[in-house]
Amino acid sequence: MRFIDEFRRSDLAQKLIARIKQKALSPARFMEFCGGHTVAIFKFGIRQLLPPTIDMLSGPGCPVCVTDNSDLDKAIALAQLPDVIAATFGDMLKVPGSHSSLQKAKAEGADVRIVYSTMDALQIARENPSQSVVFIGIGFETTAPTIAASVLQAGQEKLDNYYVLSLHKLTPPVIKALLDSGEVKLDGIVCPGHVSTIIGSSPWEFVARDYGIACAVSGFEPIDILLSIEMLVSQVEDKAPKVDIAYRRSVRPDGNRRALELMDTVFEPCPARWRGMGLLPDSGLRFRKEFERFDAELAFDIDPGPTYEPKGCICGHILRGVKTPMDCELFAKLCTPEHPVGPCMVSSEGSCSAYYLYGAAYEP
Amino acid sequence: MCLAIPALIKSINGKEAEAEIGGIGRRVSLWLTPEAKVGDYVLIHTGYAINVLDQEEALETLRLLEELSEVY
Amino acid sequence: MSHRILLAHGSGGKLAHDLVEKGFLPAFRNPLLAKLDDSAVFEFKGLLAFTTDSYVVNPIFFPGGDIGKLAVCGTVNDLAMVGAMPLYLSLSFIIEEGLLQSDLEKVVDSARKAADEAGVEIVTGDTKVVDRGSADKLFINTAGIGMIAEGVDISGWNAKPGDKVLLSGTIGDHGIAVLSQREGLAFSTELESDCAPLNRLVAEMLDASRQIHCLRDPTRGGLATSLNELARQSKVGIRIDEDQVPVREEVFAACEMLGFDPLYVANEGKLVAIAAAADAEQLLEVMQRNHYGRDAAVIGEVREEHPGRVVLKTKLGASRIVDMLVGDLLPRIC
Repeated sequence: MRFIDEFRRSDLAQKLIARIKQKALSPARFMEFCGGHTVAIFKFGIRQLLPPTIDMLSGPGCPVCVTDNSDLDKAIALAQLPDVIAATFGDMLKVPGSHSSLQKAKAEGADVRIVYSTMDALQIARENPSQSVVFIGIGFETTAPTIAASVLQAGQEKLDNYYVLSLHKLTPPVIKALLDSGEVKLDGIVCPGHVSTIIGSSPWEFVARDYGIACAVSGFEPIDILLSIEMLVSQVEDKAPKVDIAYRRSVRPDGNRRALELMDTVFEPCPARWRGMGLLPDSGLRFRKEFERFDAELAFDIDPGPTYEPKGCICGHILRGVKTPMDCELFAKLCTPEHPVGPCMVSSEGSCSAYYLYGAAYEP
Repeated sequence: MCLAIPALIKSINGKEAEAEIGGIGRRVSLWLTPEAKVGDYVLIHTGYAINVLDQEEALETLRLLEELSEVY
Repeated sequence: MSHRILLAHGSGGKLAHDLVEKGFLPAFRNPLLAKLDDSAVFEFKGLLAFTTDSYVVNPIFFPGGDIGKLAVCGTVNDLAMVGAMPLYLSLSFIIEEGLLQSDLEKVVDSARKAADEAGVEIVTGDTKVVDRGSADKLFINTAGIGMIAEGVDISGWNAKPGDKVLLSGTIGDHGIAVLSQREGLAFSTELESDCAPLNRLVAEMLDASRQIHCLRDPTRGGLATSLNELARQSKVGIRIDEDQVPVREEVFAACEMLGFDPLYVANEGKLVAIAAAADAEQLLEVMQRNHYGRDAAVIGEVREEHPGRVVLKTKLGASRIVDMLVGDLLPRIC
């Protein structure tokens, strides 16, 4: 498959690994911000191929894992409303909220439908005019513009039964919060390639400039990831932090102007609650005034009830890179893919599930 | 964090296009990439083309890697 | 006959008799069924294999097959996977009120074709009709009986370190073909389900080698789940090479799009064989000569290390654990 096979070539990977081994003299700790990178690193076995001096840490880059229980409970409450069809990406189905999950609500009779795209959610709205379709809007800057586009399209088609619950999150604010917390010492960050396809590479400049941390924007194939690690190692050894673009075929400094306009037309930044990090200013997206009629939170009155966090679950710390799944007393004992306690075990992008399935899972 | 895959634009109809992704076909939206043309490779995320892939940069990256000597 | 199935079709009365005498009996035409007694009666000598399964695929018609063909092939294959020659099947229909008669006829017809190809007979069955909404169009439950020849001992417990692991063809075809029809995920593909009866392929393999230790058809949960089952049953380690596992381009593309790993996607016409290394080459040749084994490959080997675990050598030469499928495959965006 074009643009995939060429970037999985083993010969090129071996060359990059050899160069990394030669260059990486001092120990270095790199965070791969994005869940997609965490899965790719485990799936291709990249962790084993790197020299032991390099430590890879997974970050808060999974929009499902960082969704706070209070927001999850809203999504579940909306799905439980009579004649509401909840349309959602598959990732959200199994995540446990305080009392239930979309999967449990579905089993109890709620109309919950999995879609690959908001284009399919719009189609469900067209085919069910007597019911309200609520799309559970999760995702970072890669996904938010596509959901904004669906809202604009619904407006054009006068689809008055299409709503969105906006749980979208912005990535630079959470990286800043993570670095300001000083909880974890990082030498470099593998920056998210598809978020940067939209926002460009320039929003990461502050990380190198203000915090002296190496940055490389990476794609999701093994060659992309190894190339970005090679760039980070060079920056660390040369003591010259900057923002390198390893994913040149897709990322430019200024990103996708059109997508950013669409996002900005429909949504505006607002404070958002992140699991494990609390309320971060200007880190979420809410509907602008002119598009309030699409806001599911305003259109329906729901009472999701008090929020509970599972005892002993340290997903919050894991998301901040302060702890790894191995530090969690529930990991692979009470918390397994069959009976997930925290979101990092539920989402296949979550580091706990990646640790359990691909890497260091051990007999409970 | 955001799964996106390269697809070839086969035909365009207003804001939508028929794309081919390694032997399977899917209707995709061009809301985010009005500049996309037939024959372009685009990155598809949740059914939307989020940018037009730069084929020269891809070849350039691969060429640089091929010339990379293992010992520098 | 009315063009929709009614509750009355399941009530044992005239309509029910018509359904059997005008629908099922002419389709399956064999002396045992023709007696229409409450049980089929036949003589039997030797080692007996007995299996059962239920089929609830949605949608009931998909590229390359339908629920009728699937029910017969699935049951035939379960018998073949213990080295049995399938003989007799039962077929029980649970029909949702309102199913189109023409749809039922199509399903019965493709079940018959599959039975003819496999050389088995449908000797008994049952029909029930349930209220609209309490079943998804049509469910089929089956049972199957087969005969195991002298000296054949195929079981998940028999794998030995040093054995080779053979796979009869490309993985994920069925799962992706069915998924392409699912609402909300639609994509177009030439891909068809690989649904097929494998009993003749197994018979040819058994003729070629007496050292086949395990056979397994990797249906729901995919190749990874079947290999894990075998590794745990035989308490051995299994190591497979990602480069050797055949995957069609359409399946690879759909999995990249939806965020699946082909190792976990369902198959309905594939088998995994674990056999003594000495016979591996010859077995591979025999398999490749059969239509259903044309893409067969040796994909790995059995080892003493990491008993109960399956390890994959990735394209980059590193190795990682491959676990069973947990939950079900859900398309993901990240």
